[in-house]
Amino acid sequence: MQQARTEITSAVEVIIDRWKNEEGPLLPILNGIQRELGHVPRESLPIIAEALNLTRAEVYGVVSFYHDYREKPAGRHVLKLCRAEACQSMGGDAVAEKLQKLLGIKFHETSADGAVTLEPVYCLGLCACAPSAMLDGEVIGRLDEARAEEIAAEVRA
Amino acid sequence: MTINIYIPRDAGALALGAEKVAAAAREEIGKRGLDAKIVRNGSRGMFWLEPMVEVETAEGRVAYGPVKPGDVAGLFDAGLIEGGAHDLSLGKPEEIPFLAKQTRLTFARCGIIDPVSLEDYEKHGGLRGLRNALEKTPLGIVEEVTESGLRGRGGAGFPTGIKWKTVHDTDGPQKYIVCNADEGDSGTFSDRMIMEGDPFVLIEGMTIAGIATGATRGYVYLRSEYPNVHRILNEAIDAARAAGMLGKSVLGSKYAFDMEVRVGAGAYVCGEETALLDSLEGKRGQVRAKPPLPAHEGLFGKPTVINNVISLASVPIILDKGGAYYRDFGMGRSRGTIPIQITGNVKHGGLFEAAFGMTLGELVDDIGGGTATGRPVRAVQVGGPLGAYWPRDLFDTPFDYEAFAAKDGLIGHAGIVVFDDTVDLLKQARFAMEFCAVESCGKCTPCRIGSTRGVEVLDRLKQGIAPEEQIETVTDLCNTMKFGSLCALGGFTPYPVMSALTHFPEDFRPAPVREAAE
Repeated sequence: MQQARTEITSAVEVIIDRWKNEEGPLLPILNGIQRELGHVPRESLPIIAEALNLTRAEVYGVVSFYHDYREKPAGRHVLKLCRAEACQSMGGDAVAEKLQKLLGIKFHETSADGAVTLEPVYCLGLCACAPSAMLDGEVIGRLDEARAEEIAAEVRA
Repeated sequence: MTINIYIPRDAGALALGAEKVAAAAREEIGKRGLDAKIVRNGSRGMFWLEPMVEVETAEGRVAYGPVKPGDVAGLFDAGLIEGGAHDLSLGKPEEIPFLAKQTRLTFARCGIIDPVSLEDYEKHGGLRGLRNALEKTPLGIVEEVTESGLRGRGGAGFPTGIKWKTVHDTDGPQKYIVCNADEGDSGTFSDRMIMEGDPFVLIEGMTIAGIATGATRGYVYLRSEYPNVHRILNEAIDAARAAGMLGKSVLGSKYAFDMEVRVGAGAYVCGEETALLDSLEGKRGQVRAKPPLPAHEGLFGKPTVINNVISLASVPIILDKGGAYYRDFGMGRSRGTIPIQITGNVKHGGLFEAAFGMTLGELVDDIGGGTATGRPVRAVQVGGPLGAYWPRDLFDTPFDYEAFAAKDGLIGHAGIVVFDDTVDLLKQARFAMEFCAVESCGKCTPCRIGSTRGVEVLDRLKQGIAPEEQIETVTDLCNTMKFGSLCALGGFTPYPVMSALTHFPEDFRPAPVREAAE
């Protein structure tokens, strides 16, 4: 645990050093931490606050405002499913139901085996090939039940 | 001579398998020892044909699509590199009716060039606007943009020239150009497409804005849902800097301008310009009260031009061909062209750039070809989650800011989402309120509380509890949100709700009593 904490600290410090002299450094730092560690650990907040001369509350306020930042690590795969209108018009709700059933989790949850985290997203800009999703950063269009089954199998593999 | 084979790297094409098609094509080229190379272009914007593969032949481009990875070997067997006939042949892409009917000014190069080749960009008319701008005075540039009649394409429709003039006239040691690339409206992807298909046009537009207003730094605030854009835009910015298009001396002139991309973190409200500025500064993305205007006190309190991607990307053509040329397209006070995105349950979904003035019906029925499911079109939502739902009765409304406003709707970012007759407008109205509740920045009460109450009222309506009372409450609530909210999120959520209620009243009077009796 002690070692894990040190690893977080050093990873966070590298990211802070990259950005602290730039204009508006907080979001790039948080984005960098989330990319590097998969989440924004609570113990990184005082380090950021100290470096940017902010209060811990201010940093926490920013972290908690944005949907992207996670307090806990996600599963090995992250599946973002678009829930917005264009995807609704093409049966997105049914696909969402199906995927939740297949994965055995609801939105904002991670499967017990740690394989996958399911997150809602409001528009991926793929509205002319709806319904759409993003699996580990890769975009998927024209989702249907068959493709949902493939995805469920893929994340479990 | 090496033959170019074009396979898009646009996210829409990637979502439909373009990467695997490109890999298969690469393998075939190697296996057959062909003198051909793959260029990863943007999309032409016809997503029912993606992944669309094009080949450069002596007679011009020839297109094939939609191509699946399994089709690739057969395409090469059929003589793809000479434009040979195949079941997937589409002929010359520019003769496909969906493209032939468009007026592509802003998107002139999108899908044609290699997006990250500055040489290709210049060969296809790029940089002419910037070179003309460098011949003018800053005020001369502003006047050209004002004359074009260009209005903010992000949704608000504010005249771009006036914004620029204000920043030009405001003194400050540092001014900024901020590009709003937080394209969060469902049914829109024009920003994404231009940034993936022709990023230099945005860089050129921002540079011109910088020269016109005296700003030397630019930021593109990009939503985190667009990682593919981030990669392409950064490649293009690096190329522009290496070529001296950005930097201490723009194209060897006395003007300095440089820019970078900043990525958001998933907050719809950051598409609102003042929330965006707060977010760029590293704060919670909360809306600011105006005044002061961002043009006076914007990013870090400095004079700031904040424009949408399409507004800025339309500037190079205006400086290239003149404000009058651009102004001569369109109708009324809506001048020039607008990239309309036809999406959702539609047969021919894609991006259609046209002069203002086409009717909603032409766009949905003629261009879009009706629904993908083959069922009748019942409603379309125009302008994202804050836009109105339109019934067929209003399909004669022309695409024009004022005409839409006159019918209690808005063009917004020009996305049309088509729904067939299985749509439940009460459910859509509830979604609008729910979305507002999820995305509200929390600063003003009508938006923060009103949206949550709205969901509750519509849920009671769904259950059939005193429907007339609920309708009255939701109408009153919408009135409060519309006039009492600080920004468009709370202020425009009433559009989808009230339009659904007004045009589709039958969906708001469920019959739970009858169901209970059965």
